[in-house]
Amino acid sequence: MKSLEELERIKKEAQAMTKLREDKENTKIVVGMGTCGIAAGARETLAAIMDELAKRNLQDVVVTQTGCVGLCEQEPIVDIVKPGKPKVTYGRVTGERARQIIASHVVNDRVVGEWVIATG
Amino acid sequence: MHILDIAQNSIAAGATEINIIIREDSSEDSFIIEIEDNGRGMPRDILNAVLDPFVTTRTTRRVGLGLPLLCQAARACDGDVTVDSEERKGTRVVAWFRRSHWDRAPLGDIASTLMALVACNPSVDIRYEHLIDGGSFRFDTRDLRRKLGDIPLSNPLVAGFVKDYVEEGENNLRGE
Repeated sequence: MKSLEELERIKKEAQAMTKLREDKENTKIVVGMGTCGIAAGARETLAAIMDELAKRNLQDVVVTQTGCVGLCEQEPIVDIVKPGKPKVTYGRVTGERARQIIASHVVNDRVVGEWVIATG
Repeated sequence: MHILDIAQNSIAAGATEINIIIREDSSEDSFIIEIEDNGRGMPRDILNAVLDPFVTTRTTRRVGLGLPLLCQAARACDGDVTVDSEERKGTRVVAWFRRSHWDRAPLGDIASTLMALVACNPSVDIRYEHLIDGGSFRFDTRDLRRKLGDIPLSNPLVAGFVKDYVEEGENNLRGE
């Protein structure tokens, strides 16, 4: 049975990680969470992103949300903003695609060209 | 899905507290979703038009299609939606459904919904309560905050915990 006591362990783990990355700039992941994004599966995409970040212990990544940007047919839309680099926007990001984008783009700096719908 | 969408309205309205309550009662055959926030609220003229998709999408981007979709889902199940709002105080959306209605969608993945809300809005306090007849499950970000100290609720490890914790609580509530 899960209990809130488990948070004590999470707190310790997170604190240890935070110390390691204090002066590193963060990568930002932005998920479109408007009505269109949610309907297209943004919730599942976000769940996959959080799960992948936890698995890889990527503490220097910040996940935020945005509303509808007028490209509803491309939802779920995910932006990756790495420090000092232009924003890359991916379209139709399923949970599986999100995991691959994290592995390739966020971790290894290789943009997944075929799913990009805009840059800059 | 509707819950996440309506709660997003609360966040867009600058809410710092969101209460989500689900009441299921088999003797009354009711399924009620209540979402309450302390956001900036809406003036009367917008409030009156809020359930009409054609009016709302044109008068304010803040509300859009979310409420009309919820309203349609509720009315298809012999239910309805009410929206109360007071400027600078907050908004309360109540949707009720006939629980046994064929067209009533299941609650869905509430664990992912709460995880998404908490992870993207670490500074908002979110309280969730699900009551089925006598039983209940509660989740409150304030409890998490107390335990976590200065670790933000947006930490991926916390997101995983929220999802598992809610999933388990919901399964226990349903007696699975």
